Amino acid sequence: MGIEQKAGDMGIITTTLEQVVGFARTNSMWPVLFGLACCALEMMAAQAANYDLSRFGMELNRASPRQSDLMIVAGRVSQKMAPVLRHLYDQMPDPKWVIAMGDCASCGGIFNNYAIVQGVDEVVPVDIYVAGCPPRPEGLIHGIITLHEKVKQEKLTRWS
Amino acid sequence: MDDWYKPITDVMQDVYKIHVEVFRDEVTLTVPAENIVEVVKTLKLVNDYRMLVNLTAVDYWPQETPRFHVVYHLRNIQQNTILCLRVSLDGNAPILPTLERVFPNANWFEREVWDLFGILFEGNSDMRRIVMPHDWVGHPLRKDYPLGYEEVQFSFNFDEIELKKPYAKE
Repeated sequence: MGIEQKAGDMGIITTTLEQVVGFARTNSMWPVLFGLACCALEMMAAQAANYDLSRFGMELNRASPRQSDLMIVAGRVSQKMAPVLRHLYDQMPDPKWVIAMGDCASCGGIFNNYAIVQGVDEVVPVDIYVAGCPPRPEGLIHGIITLHEKVKQEKLTRWS
Repeated sequence: MDDWYKPITDVMQDVYKIHVEVFRDEVTLTVPAENIVEVVKTLKLVNDYRMLVNLTAVDYWPQETPRFHVVYHLRNIQQNTILCLRVSLDGNAPILPTLERVFPNANWFEREVWDLFGILFEGNSDMRRIVMPHDWVGHPLRKDYPLGYEEVQFSFNFDEIELKKPYAKE
């Protein structure tokens, strides 16, 4: 029993602000292009017609960090790329999230050597780690949906 | 066809103290470090080896005592032949004269060899690192450079390494 019954057929629904904002954030989450290695091909496959990330409101991979909310780090990050990655992350407007896609971005993967950053969490704060070498598009989509769940849980008091 | 290289090497052998080796049709000339620029210049101007295909180095530490070999590949486009030149270099402050005046593209090759092996090319106009970040310490492709970067986390030492990991702040 809520206002729906009292208001009748007036096209009004009631909800909380948190839910509306969570709905908006998760259903238009634009990722910044950050394909670095073979994981990028799986990310492209997830974008393409078979897996179709547009179903989750992600049809746009923005080439500009200023227009995006989500950074999918797809591939190994070299020591020389790390400052660039941090720079792009700093340019993204708040609120922003990061998915470390694949083993290399999560923990260095098979590249335990001088050239590769051992996990992108040394450079930017990571929300979701997707395992796999590379993860299949289903794996990436699962990571994205898990992130959606996380974003929907965010409380009004934690918004900055 | 087997001894196509003979006319070239016979002339140069004594002048430049070159040692010739053939393995499966690959001709390798081992050249003393002080003669390398003259040899390359002669090959370019007299024998028409006009293309520097490759300039790299190998580290044979600890098996061999002049630990570095700097390797040059020169190509003759008319005859479609490749010559390989090798210079062995001591590991103690390895220095070679630059090839930049003969082949301008040697500039970047030499920068790469300097970056990864620490072999200095005297006279190179732009001796900076090319692959690694500019503030990098050490030369990573040397065999005595540490191979691993971070100790692998297993269940028995997970917490210990976790403490050392430099996680990013917000």
